[in-house]
Amino acid sequence: MQILGISGSLRAGSHNSDLLQAAAAAAPDGVDLVLYDGLKEIPPYDADDDIPGDQPLVVQQFKEALDAADAILIATPEYNSSIPGVLKNALDWASRPLVDSPVRNKPVAVLSSSTGMFGGVWAAAETRKVLGALGARTLEDTVAVAKADERLEDGVDAALLAELRAVVDALAAAVAAREATLAA
Amino acid sequence: MSATEQQITSIPTGTWSVDPVHSNVGFAVKHNTVMTFQGSFGEFSGKLADGRLEGTAKVASVEVDDENLAGHLQTPDFFDAEQFPELRFVSSTIERDNDRISIAGELTIKGTTAPVELAGTISGPVTDGYGGERIGIDLQTTINRNDYSVSWNADLPGGGVTLADDVVITANLELVQA
Repeated sequence: MQILGISGSLRAGSHNSDLLQAAAAAAPDGVDLVLYDGLKEIPPYDADDDIPGDQPLVVQQFKEALDAADAILIATPEYNSSIPGVLKNALDWASRPLVDSPVRNKPVAVLSSSTGMFGGVWAAAETRKVLGALGARTLEDTVAVAKADERLEDGVDAALLAELRAVVDALAAAVAAREATLAA
Repeated sequence: MSATEQQITSIPTGTWSVDPVHSNVGFAVKHNTVMTFQGSFGEFSGKLADGRLEGTAKVASVEVDDENLAGHLQTPDFFDAEQFPELRFVSSTIERDNDRISIAGELTIKGTTAPVELAGTISGPVTDGYGGERIGIDLQTTINRNDYSVSWNADLPGGGVTLADDVVITANLELVQA
């Protein structure tokens, strides 16, 4: 089972990327969590460039990575109480065309972290809202890390690791449930 | 009622199949608090047999005027067509009073089954141009979509929400005797 991890933060020392790395390390046997690292290369969405069958190459590659994954785990920071532009932009590309979106019906969970007191819960909620519009099977399971600069200063602690593992387990269960339904 | 008129309470016997070309299964819900939005299902089937009415509609066949909306209706936000491809109704009791008809039964949407009561009219039988016997049944009920976990909504900037909870479901059925 493959889970594609997407960090909504581009910076090298991103707390959200750290969460995904920790989740990957905590994933159980048989679950392979791979981080997508091309978010910065995805061009701004432009309907003039959105040519059926001929979308920009990096967009095609992003959609192929989404398509190949059984589930998606997003970790997002919160910019101005909302979802980062680069993440929203990537999801907008992934939604085109909507009926063929590789996110459609796919189990997705959203993590968040911020240096503030609320751990990016608004950004996570808005990311879930966008994913719903794309047709994703969006899980309520989540982890929100507040004051991430302090909490993650010495790495991901055992309690947080267990929370991340629970989200990965929930994703794996959702994938199994979906496969069982489709096989029935 | 005069002495010469007789109250009809019997349900047509035999087996009657829904003619999908001359029937319609649809829904209506208040949108943006000001307008009633309507949609329908292109693929459905049903029959009245042995005093029981049952029918199904394909979620994938939902018909609205915007392809993005039609796509969104298929997703887990709404009907979740991948996991729950059909809507289903099965009656438990049918009561008739002349042209009025009341049908109690169970409606299944998105994997949830709940009791509903439909009310409407029944007419016929009449012989069609090809010698077939036909009846018409118009039915309507109102459900709370949250009872079936079809709960997507969005806040409006000035207060209120985009979609109402109550959804009117209609079935205008022309049935032909087998």
